[in-house]
Amino acid sequence: MQIKPILSALRKHRLSTILIALEIALACAVLCNACFMISQRVSATHIDSGVDETSLATVQLTGYDSTQAPDVDARALAALRAVPGVQSVSLLNSIPFGSRRGTAGITTDAAGEHFGGVIEFYVGGPGSLQTLGAKLVAGRAPQMDDFHAFTGFMPDEGSVQITQALAEHLWPGADPLGKEFWVLKSHYRVVGVLKSLVRPDPTGWTPEQRQWSVFLPAQPGPYLTGSYLLRASPGDLPRVLRDALAALAKAVPEVVIDRENSHTLGELRHDVFKNDRAMAGMLVGVIAALLLVTSLGIVGLASFWVQQRRRQIGIRRAIGATRSDILHYFQTENFLIVTGGIVLGMVLAFAINLLLMQRYELPRLPLYYLPIGALVLWALGQLAVLGPALRAAAVPPVVATRSV
Amino acid sequence: MFAYYLDLALRSLKRNKALTALMVLAIALGIGASMTTLTVLHVLSGDPLPGKSAQLYYPQIDPQDLKGMMPGKEPPEQLTLVDGLNLLHAARADRQALMAGGSAPIDPGKADMDPFYVETRYTTTGFFPMFDAPFLFGHAWTAADDEAKARDVVIARSLNDKLFGGADSVGRTLRMAGVDWRIVGVLDQWRPNPHFYDLTTGSYAYAEQVFLPLQTMVELRLDRNGSSDCWGNGGGGVGNILPNDDCVWLQFWVQLDTPAKAAAYRDFLVHYSQEQKALGRFQRAPNVRLRNVMQWLDYKMVVPDDVRLQAGLAFGFLLVCLVNTVGLMLAKFMRRAAELGVRRALGASRRALFAQLLIESGVVGLVGGLGGLLLAMLGLWLVRQRPSDYAALAQLDTSMLFTTFALAVCATLLAGLLPAWRACQIAPALQLKSN
Repeated sequence: MQIKPILSALRKHRLSTILIALEIALACAVLCNACFMISQRVSATHIDSGVDETSLATVQLTGYDSTQAPDVDARALAALRAVPGVQSVSLLNSIPFGSRRGTAGITTDAAGEHFGGVIEFYVGGPGSLQTLGAKLVAGRAPQMDDFHAFTGFMPDEGSVQITQALAEHLWPGADPLGKEFWVLKSHYRVVGVLKSLVRPDPTGWTPEQRQWSVFLPAQPGPYLTGSYLLRASPGDLPRVLRDALAALAKAVPEVVIDRENSHTLGELRHDVFKNDRAMAGMLVGVIAALLLVTSLGIVGLASFWVQQRRRQIGIRRAIGATRSDILHYFQTENFLIVTGGIVLGMVLAFAINLLLMQRYELPRLPLYYLPIGALVLWALGQLAVLGPALRAAAVPPVVATRSV
Repeated sequence: MFAYYLDLALRSLKRNKALTALMVLAIALGIGASMTTLTVLHVLSGDPLPGKSAQLYYPQIDPQDLKGMMPGKEPPEQLTLVDGLNLLHAARADRQALMAGGSAPIDPGKADMDPFYVETRYTTTGFFPMFDAPFLFGHAWTAADDEAKARDVVIARSLNDKLFGGADSVGRTLRMAGVDWRIVGVLDQWRPNPHFYDLTTGSYAYAEQVFLPLQTMVELRLDRNGSSDCWGNGGGGVGNILPNDDCVWLQFWVQLDTPAKAAAYRDFLVHYSQEQKALGRFQRAPNVRLRNVMQWLDYKMVVPDDVRLQAGLAFGFLLVCLVNTVGLMLAKFMRRAAELGVRRALGASRRALFAQLLIESGVVGLVGGLGGLLLAMLGLWLVRQRPSDYAALAQLDTSMLFTTFALAVCATLLAGLLPAWRACQIAPALQLKSN
């Protein structure tokens, strides 16, 4: 197929050619960035929580005075442990994908000069780390004498387990075991490293920060109360949770059961990411509409060109061009225009990505999005032009002999 | 002439239905998508108290110690209790209110209703007149009640409906957080959006159901929501321990009716900071801010990033639709080169031809705008089905209705300019000859 005559024909339709190329370029830029955002959202919803979500549920109690806490906890724990199917129950202040009660800024020196970031403290009673099922990759699990009684926000000191991601952030490349950090005057020492443990509210943070969590052992008391973690076999969990709520209503009738926040971790996870799923859905809708409009534009303009060139097509057919020659002519023409648009679109896609990186902390667009975007647009162009091109190929040679 | 051009435009659009439909569809899709996101953006960045917000200011002062001080750094976004009470008692503004948010369990005292939690606002009496909160029954508590730590509450209409079946409950007792409260007032439906006076409890669709005096809350140590920031010897803020004086956790709003008063109040804040520094309480040089409602919302960037992103995306999409329309319009106008040539040869000026073609694109814009409006309504309905806390706010108002049509017609006229100009460049002789 000769490209030169196509190019010189396009030069006659400079404006229309530029318009289609521009449309393709814009579509390419929006398509690449929208797809990238979708993948970001979808991967966010698949975050590794580091705990046995399928076997865990939480029950939350409120509406009692802190002086009543030991009594309420004792009755509640006894009632929960008596529910058939419950494997273990422990107290934990924050719940992955659930209530957030331990967010604090830390420093890596006692003087408070070196800010380490805002992290989540999972303050848990005995057995809670095992109940969570968080995997220890280095150091040791909490021992019985690590669990201190405390008043206030959380214990003033302690031996803690931190996530790999947080360790790498605070002390890159170094062994985190034995390292220390501070919250104002409170002091903590790292004795163990967890593979991962997600924050309760991962959506509000950058992907890196979503795993900045610490497990801090503590004795239940007036400030670690009413927030229970239940473990049961996955298939049995919904039934166990229902029974647990019913048992609590009987065991501690004077307190308020916070039903809105008492769910299985699977349900909580589903809720946490509902906005991300909605956004991804909307992006898919925009992409579909965009591709539709672009292809309709190509169909419209190509049809116009075919109609305009009927006579010329007839002449070409009369002097020996086959139907497939005509078909290929229009297909090649479309390919050339779309290619021009894609080249421009890639530049535009990166420009938009740069803008988004600055304003919305989006990562850089991976390069492989560009060839995929190009393939999609080439396919779209070919598909859109097929109809008009077939109509062109069907123009009979006799048209050449007619005057109009 | 206009009517004749309109007639010509309609005839020409009818002649080529597929192409016209394509253009209308492209415009409608683009307008529909952008108007949906623009309406959400408009609603979320709206003025919570129109007509009043310019006179309401949020004073900020800097009581922190010297650690981490940097020139030009913003002062904390809330106040300590001691500074809040000092500024409140100084009463230098036309109105002022100190406040914090929280929640408390209510015991309905009925067999058929479980105890439940409500959002509460702990504030001072200036809150109600300053924010134009409408009373259905009764009135606010008095400044004397504030100081006397009275057990008085103002409840919201929804709570009044729930507990008292909508009857006038003034003078009745509310059992909340283990204490008996006297109801002194019932607010009518009132929910400023964004929840500008305290953004720490969520920016949208947040409504307190019980209002009670702040100093009573301090005395009773009721549960507190929202954030607190501490430095130095800061602490507390858990359970029933209040944050201490090295922590900021209160919002303070003032009403200043004239710009001169606002300037004077700013001077007062500087003077107050200097005085506190001389007393040894403050360590930093005076660092004050005095923003009004819209400046404060802007500074706090309350509109969610996702909403801005969607609006940007939708306008990108509208741009694609417009380029598409330009292309199609060009095809349409050029196809009629012969007809236009005849009109030119018969004496129509270029300007007349141009006007005729623009009217044609205007008609496409109007029809596209109508389609866009329907699509925007559908889009907003979809937004309302979504789980975000602002979903219910996504409604089309009259100003956005007009904006839709203005945007559609302007956009299509703009899209029509280039093709119309191009079509007017045709030499009439050439067109006549080729036939």
